[in-house]
Amino acid sequence: MSEADVTQSATPAGRPDGLQGVVADFASDQRAFKNVHWGKAMMWIFLLSDTFIFSSFLISYMTVRISTVVPWPFPSDVFALHMFGADIPLILIAIMTFILITSSGTMALAVNFGYRQDRKTTTILLIVTALLGASFVGMQVFEWSKLIHEGVRPWGNPFGAAQFGSTFFMITGFHGLHVSVGVLFLFIVARKVWRGDYDNERRGYFTSRKGTYDIVESMGLYWHFVDLVWVFIFAFFYLW
Amino acid sequence: MAASANSEHQEHPLGIYFKIWFLLFVLSTLSYMVDILDLQGYLRWSLIVIFMMLKAGLIVAVFMHMVWERLAIVYAILVPPLALIVLMALMALEGDYTEVTRQLYFVFGGGG
Repeated sequence: MSEADVTQSATPAGRPDGLQGVVADFASDQRAFKNVHWGKAMMWIFLLSDTFIFSSFLISYMTVRISTVVPWPFPSDVFALHMFGADIPLILIAIMTFILITSSGTMALAVNFGYRQDRKTTTILLIVTALLGASFVGMQVFEWSKLIHEGVRPWGNPFGAAQFGSTFFMITGFHGLHVSVGVLFLFIVARKVWRGDYDNERRGYFTSRKGTYDIVESMGLYWHFVDLVWVFIFAFFYLW
Repeated sequence: MAASANSEHQEHPLGIYFKIWFLLFVLSTLSYMVDILDLQGYLRWSLIVIFMMLKAGLIVAVFMHMVWERLAIVYAILVPPLALIVLMALMALEGDYTEVTRQLYFVFGGGG
């Protein structure tokens, strides 16, 4: 794939590329992140801090799982669903994974159509993304109530090590909160796109700054991050 | 798709998104297969980590547009998380130590 066909030049006129570019950008005594909208830079920095939060959760999960002397519950069996006369391991988690990836795809398309100023398509894609996210949260509620019904608590469970419940509720709960907030955020952005806020540069209610389609891209970064975190949770919590 | 000279935003052909989307589906299916086929031990763990890193890389690189950004922001965002590898190594050592101590004192009744 030739990259020149795919993208416009990322290099502003007269600025070096590569490591020299890093030095030049940070040493410029102006904005360090050339070509990056301020909102997007701030979203990235927020996501960086969120990376540390989720990583701390996953690392503490690793620590308690290594250090317990009680056998860890077997995730394939704990998260199996009885369907079509057989226990299918992790089936609900697999469906949730595919739903989140699908929503990530529709989000990426929404960002793209946003920059083409295609209001209608962008709004539809954002709403589809939000509905997929809401269905993800719905399945998580189902999973939580099933486990709670089976006696899994933050302080103990019938399958093995007590730490299983505490890390499970902590990690998936915090991720589910992120998805829920993302769904609200998506509906708000979808409404603004539909109303034409980003075409008319209507000023934001709280920030009084002019709205642009860069906001859809920042929204996209958040949503992809939620998907990214799920990739790690799926690998380390459900499959390991 | 002519981009104006001082345009700041990321705009790319749709095809690349569909390709990455498809790859993410394939990789997710493969990592689910690891569980269905009931692979165990180092084979299971290495496959899980490989598929996870590939998925994470594709999402960050293409969906989050990192391959097209200038190095200044790429380094500002991707270098700090490397510190987490140190934390992970430390806590793995600590976890092992705790486990050995618990085996010694809780399970085998202790040496004192």
